[in-house]
Amino acid sequence: MLGPVLIVLAAAVVAVLVEAFLSRRYRYVLQSSLSFAAIALGFLAVILNRNVSGLFAEGAVAVDGVTVVLQGTILVFALLGLLLIAERGFQSFTAQASALPGSADEQRALASGLQQTEVFPLTLFAVGGALLFPAANDLITLFVALEVLSLPLYLMAGLSQRRRLLSQEAGLKYFLLGAFSSAFFLFGSAFLYGYAGTTTFEGIKSAIKTSPGNDLYLLIGLSMLAVGLLFKVSAAPFHSWTPDVYQGAPTPVTAFMAAVTKVAAFGAFLRIFYSALGGLVWTWRPIIVAISILTMAIGTIIAIAQKDVKRVLAYSAIAHSGFLLTGIVAFNKSGLDATLLYLATYGFTTLGTFAVVTLVRDAGGEVTDLNRWSGLGKRSPLVAGIFTLFLLALAGIPLTSGFVGKFAIFSAAYKSGNISVVIAGVLASAVAAFFYIRIVVLMYFNDPQEDGTSVVIPSPVTAIAIGICAVATLVLGIFPQPAINAINSLATFVAG
Amino acid sequence: MSSLTILGLLPLLGSAVLFLLPKEREVLAKQIALGVSTAVAVAGLLMATSFERGLSSFQFIEKRSWIPAFGINYGLGVDGMALLLIVLALVLTPIVILACWNEAEGGRWSVKTFFALLLVLETMMVGVFAATDIFLFYLFFEAMLIPVYFLIGGYGTGERAAAAVKFLLYSLFGGLLMLASIIGLYVVSGDQLGAPTFDVTELSKLSINNQTEILLFLGFFIAFAIKAPLWPFHTWLPDAAKAATPGTSVLLLGVLDKVGTYGMIRFCLTLFPDASKQLGPTIIVLSLISIFYGAFLAIWQSNGDIKRLISYTSISHFGFITLGIFAFTAQGQSGSILYMVNHGFSTAALFLIAGWMIARRNSSKVQDFGGLQRVTPLLAWSFFIAGLSSLALPGLSSFVSEFLVLVGTFVRYPVAAVIGTLGIILAALYILIPVQRALHGPTTPGNEKLKDLSLREKIAIAPVIALIILFGFFPQILLNVINPGAQASVSALNIGGDK
Repeated sequence: MLGPVLIVLAAAVVAVLVEAFLSRRYRYVLQSSLSFAAIALGFLAVILNRNVSGLFAEGAVAVDGVTVVLQGTILVFALLGLLLIAERGFQSFTAQASALPGSADEQRALASGLQQTEVFPLTLFAVGGALLFPAANDLITLFVALEVLSLPLYLMAGLSQRRRLLSQEAGLKYFLLGAFSSAFFLFGSAFLYGYAGTTTFEGIKSAIKTSPGNDLYLLIGLSMLAVGLLFKVSAAPFHSWTPDVYQGAPTPVTAFMAAVTKVAAFGAFLRIFYSALGGLVWTWRPIIVAISILTMAIGTIIAIAQKDVKRVLAYSAIAHSGFLLTGIVAFNKSGLDATLLYLATYGFTTLGTFAVVTLVRDAGGEVTDLNRWSGLGKRSPLVAGIFTLFLLALAGIPLTSGFVGKFAIFSAAYKSGNISVVIAGVLASAVAAFFYIRIVVLMYFNDPQEDGTSVVIPSPVTAIAIGICAVATLVLGIFPQPAINAINSLATFVAG
Repeated sequence: MSSLTILGLLPLLGSAVLFLLPKEREVLAKQIALGVSTAVAVAGLLMATSFERGLSSFQFIEKRSWIPAFGINYGLGVDGMALLLIVLALVLTPIVILACWNEAEGGRWSVKTFFALLLVLETMMVGVFAATDIFLFYLFFEAMLIPVYFLIGGYGTGERAAAAVKFLLYSLFGGLLMLASIIGLYVVSGDQLGAPTFDVTELSKLSINNQTEILLFLGFFIAFAIKAPLWPFHTWLPDAAKAATPGTSVLLLGVLDKVGTYGMIRFCLTLFPDASKQLGPTIIVLSLISIFYGAFLAIWQSNGDIKRLISYTSISHFGFITLGIFAFTAQGQSGSILYMVNHGFSTAALFLIAGWMIARRNSSKVQDFGGLQRVTPLLAWSFFIAGLSSLALPGLSSFVSEFLVLVGTFVRYPVAAVIGTLGIILAALYILIPVQRALHGPTTPGNEKLKDLSLREKIAIAPVIALIILFGFFPQILLNVINPGAQASVSALNIGGDK
């Protein structure tokens, strides 16, 4: 039942050994095939779990429909992210992460062309943590999963080959703020333990049922736990790390982070708020409503002023967190289904956008300055076309997956009577459309600049990843019924 | 597949062929576009002949389940109003293609793309009027923006990119408000009918509590008022019409903006009767403001840009249309629907001829023309007739519709009707002043060598002028199709005191 998590984590341990003991020549091939195999096996194990519903590992892990959907989604996105990470020709990653930026060591490592491949085991650890995070059924497991997910990401954010200092700054910033939010999270857990006398979700749930819900420890614990989670999903006002980290991290890592972390964190969010703290809905709902509206507003409004494509996408990710929070606000079965659907649609699209970003380059590496994207439609119509598709999906234009997700999640929130978030969401979508369309305008209506910006021909791995994302964006937009059916029938929490 | 689906798919197939064509085959691309759109127009007219007049229900119905989880169907069907608007779109498309044969040359992209986009737009226009499922309607409503956006931004003149973005954002904003209302309807229908639905006929049976109804009404109404455009939601139109090529402007004002007034009748009145009645007087006031605002701006512009001028006159005309709709009388509504069709043809004529004038003179300023009557008599006469129709001269098409609107309004709101009638006087000013300046008087230096209409232009404009005169004398052809639906729509409002 714990198969998916165990397979991925075991593969990660093996990958560390491979990195340490195997000759450099074979590492890349072995590491990448090991990672892909682990993800594929993990996915198989998820499918075998599809009819399971119960608590495992002494009640620490819940495997139920929600877990299956989330783990399946995470593994698919992890696979797509790995495809981007495994791209060799573009050299997104530094040759030797431990070398000081600008030092002779680094020059030597670069010149020798010996690429270290520690990114693979790091990714696998992160995936393992991500798989456990939404399945965790007590506070301790939840915390461990959070750290297993986060620690590798802090490192991965600092691995960029180009603009090393910016990348390391991003990694450090992410680490410091992340550690801070982990502390909040842990502190909240401690308060909840003080309140309920147990760390299991069942215990907390029954404690809320039997005692009045306004106990001070409970409320402090609830809010601090929420801070930790809101940080992870980059909701305002805990979002400030997102633009810097998204910009500084190597783009394949950003893509991986944007999709996988978001699914895992919202998965945990769902389990805690729907299941463990469901009895307190009248307490937490107004706060989440306010945060959701604030997040949408900040994400969409600040995105307008951005001049770097990765920063625009980072603020767009913040805005989408706001939209996703409306699904938490809904607190009904359709809210659950809609959030899961939204996560699936959003992940494909955001992976696709970042994958396209890796293709637009000049001699020095990726070009993320938006002005230099002008005229891309003329220079490489296909790539610009696909990017437009992704942007339209992010904007939620009909016939793309983004629209289906938005429709589902807003109607769930409306159904729960929280019309204010729906109206805010719709207005935010209008603002968001502005900056997505600005990029489209830039690509199609401006003349290309003669500055050496060009689109590289992707190798098969990146091409496959982009292709899958584009097809998923269209299929989920036009024929979403099978996906909706699958999610609706699977998504139930384990009884308890 | 029903005939409506086929009608919608044909232009799309045509555009696919155009996209596959090599860039250099420009003439072939134009010929294919013209051929396809003419064939579709003929097919549409044939279909219209088998339409049962006298019925108010939807005909040519097609319904397939699409996304059952959300209760979304692929539902098509037309009543008299929708049929006429579809036919209007189908007839205008080949005329526009023929009239704007050389319009795409100054574009950002290839010529074939221009015509392919026109054909895509034709598909959307059929879809938006044929949809009986609100979700499907919304889809076409939004999807329609994309070809128009590229047509304005890629092939227009002057500040085309900015105008295209302005157009897109206004429409998108309205569309999203409508989406909020659609979500609301979806949830209410789920509560009341057991399973959510988007079918217009089913949804009209809901009884929504008043406060919710007003909110949902506003979501739809603002979206449609932006599209129509009604004062104070109109500011995108003059820029868009000025920047767009004349052909695009024809379709934009002639057909696309009708989606707004069409939507008011089809959705606002049908789904939210009580809210419509409560807000009706306010909307009447907005309509009157539009009539005068548009007229004054047009008069003020009568020495300026001719395309802006025509778009301001349209704002005034749309004021009349909404006036008739929210008068809640069968006459008023019939008049409004007739107005939509007639305005389509008269604006088409004005824009096309203005486009030819601009192309000949290389300027869009009214004062740069002058004495065209002597140099290019045919062109001048066509413009004159179109202008007279626009100011609702008896015997030309717009007269009947304007008359019906005002009579229909008078029954319920006499004061509004009287005020509205004053707008007709202003119409005479904003048409006759530019006609005098551009067509009559001494020939402005530089205009002596201008060429009169070519054979292609004659063929393009002749049917429009013919229809303007035909519907002026025989409005009954259209009214027979319109009346049953309008009567049913107004009697469903249950307002009493109707004639």
